Amino acid sequence: MAKRAGMEVAMAVAEAVGQCNIDMAAVYPITPQSHIAEHLSELIADGKVDAEFVTVESEHSAMSAVIGASGTGARVYTATSSQGLMLMHELLPIASAMRLPIVMGIANRAVSGPLNILNDHSDIMPQRDSGWISIFVENGQEAIDLSIQAFKIAEHKDVLLPVCINIDGFQLTHMVEPVEFPEQELVDKFLPPREPYATLHPGKPVTMGAFAMSDYYPEMMKAKNEAIKNSKKTILAVWEEWAKIFGRAYKPVETYKAEGAEILLLTMGSMGETAEVAIDELRAQGKSVGLVKLRLWRPFPFEELKEAVKEAKKLIVIDRAVSFGGPGGPVFSEIKSALYHEEARPMICNYIIGLGGRDVAVTDFTGMITRVLREDSKKIADTCEFWGVRER
Amino acid sequence: MIEVRWHGRGGQGAVTSVELLAVAAISAGKYAQGFPSFGPERRGAPVAAFSRIDDKKIKVRSGIYQPDVVVVLDSSLVGMVNVTEGLKPNGILIVNTPKSPEEMKKELNFSGTTATVDATGIARKEMGVPIANTTMIGALLKMIGIMDLDAMKESVEHRFGRIAQKNLTAMKRAYEEIKISN
Amino acid sequence: MTKKKGPDTWQEITTGCVVFQPGSASEYHTGSWRAQRPVWNNQKCIKCGICYIFCPEGCIQQSEDGFFQANMDYCKGCGICAHECWPRAIAMTEEG
Repeated sequence: MAKRAGMEVAMAVAEAVGQCNIDMAAVYPITPQSHIAEHLSELIADGKVDAEFVTVESEHSAMSAVIGASGTGARVYTATSSQGLMLMHELLPIASAMRLPIVMGIANRAVSGPLNILNDHSDIMPQRDSGWISIFVENGQEAIDLSIQAFKIAEHKDVLLPVCINIDGFQLTHMVEPVEFPEQELVDKFLPPREPYATLHPGKPVTMGAFAMSDYYPEMMKAKNEAIKNSKKTILAVWEEWAKIFGRAYKPVETYKAEGAEILLLTMGSMGETAEVAIDELRAQGKSVGLVKLRLWRPFPFEELKEAVKEAKKLIVIDRAVSFGGPGGPVFSEIKSALYHEEARPMICNYIIGLGGRDVAVTDFTGMITRVLREDSKKIADTCEFWGVRER
Repeated sequence: MIEVRWHGRGGQGAVTSVELLAVAAISAGKYAQGFPSFGPERRGAPVAAFSRIDDKKIKVRSGIYQPDVVVVLDSSLVGMVNVTEGLKPNGILIVNTPKSPEEMKKELNFSGTTATVDATGIARKEMGVPIANTTMIGALLKMIGIMDLDAMKESVEHRFGRIAQKNLTAMKRAYEEIKISN
Repeated sequence: MTKKKGPDTWQEITTGCVVFQPGSASEYHTGSWRAQRPVWNNQKCIKCGICYIFCPEGCIQQSEDGFFQANMDYCKGCGICAHECWPRAIAMTEEG
């Protein structure tokens, strides 16, 4: 039987990665990711996980090291947060262009400035277009499951792309909560050793990361885009297999009491379960409300999203980041553009919430929904508001 | 669901307490959360930590604003931090102090159930250190009665190894010696 | 320009643009970039090999008699060998 235990989520993620038969990890510690780095290095140092832990002097080096190691055919892991991810930014499109199946945990944290160490999604959003598969988790169990699944997805011959798992900093990483570790035997069966497409080996030399100008670059970009779009099929298949073996099902777009609901709330990450409590409260009052939770950020699940919101009259999109000078939050603009050509589509409004670790409570969600219920559709359509921000 | 807020100073082990309690509750088959007040950790500075315990899955992930129970690990915080802030009127206040619960009630102008125990004294006697975090778990369990003191054994042993027994003894003493004023 | 021999459509590009043929860069004759070529005066040459060491293209070779010469398929005519040659045995002369 899988063992249920109480554990801090960051440590649980390190444990889960340790179950994945990794060959190498290079993780530079940064709050709130540090406990992943600390615990994983401990597992390796204690001989519980047979892998190399490469200590590096920055996140740029951590990403460089895993790119190199992945090129040799190794199964690799790294993790970071906020400024660390910003420092890695330069290398992210290289990892995806080279089609290296790197897995990275991101303890999502606000970016400076001002300096802030708490949670929001402003670190991952600027990485949106780097060609990485990007998935959000809601709780500790999902952080474990997705971290393991990530290797299978990344290394699949039809995918061969890096995957990042977004784990809200503090709200998830620093939470002690019940988690269940899958049995090692089943993980080994689920996740066979990596079979690299090409490796850096002196016995069979290849060139990785070759130079390409305008004569090939556009074809390469098209190939990369097709690869990540195509990866959804494999992601779905991996989730189906996971559900069969481990009994926990995952979908690109999760819904909660959403069927037939007049008003839908859309969240990403750890806000989802708190929002469920708000939906329960309002449903108990007879309000026609439901929740949509976007799990798969890249590749974007267009069909599933359209299906989930097609009956709603109003859709409240929650963002935990800002697209400065843009149409609101990054999730908002994505959802709007995804629904642009739909004949029946809800009025969409946007609330930006939880920036820099500002607490997101059940009352925030009930407050938003209550307001949107009251307002005329036309009035709320296309509005974007920084929820709860103090004003004169 | 029971929500608990712990007040202490950085280094006094409030975070360890919530972790031990959550791990023990989960081992006992319950659902629990244990988390620090998010942010930088500074030794000596007033800190808070939080526990949630329930028989069903806990979904909410926001901070705790209206705790059922407040545990004060260091009585020097009383008067410096508003320890009863948001505490439900029928909530429970537990303070580590040699003073009587009646005195504490008067000092804090709190009318709800109040309990005191000289956890620092117990910890000094049983463990030789004035760190009362584990001792106060005994006091908390006495007041909320959601699980036996024995349920703590495994998580305390896992955490403290050979000094676990001393912690468990101190915990038991606090459980027995706590004074309550309803 | 050297004629392209690579894939045409995006579908033909290898995964991650990996090049499986080792040393294929040698098919690219950078000598076509050259506007000036190095000419050795072996009366002045002391066979020190500085030119061989500094050539960024790695296209200078030592002959059996100990003197040096550049492979004109790859020499870009950068002039670094001439610049570094302290007995001034190498002169850059215009192509054509």
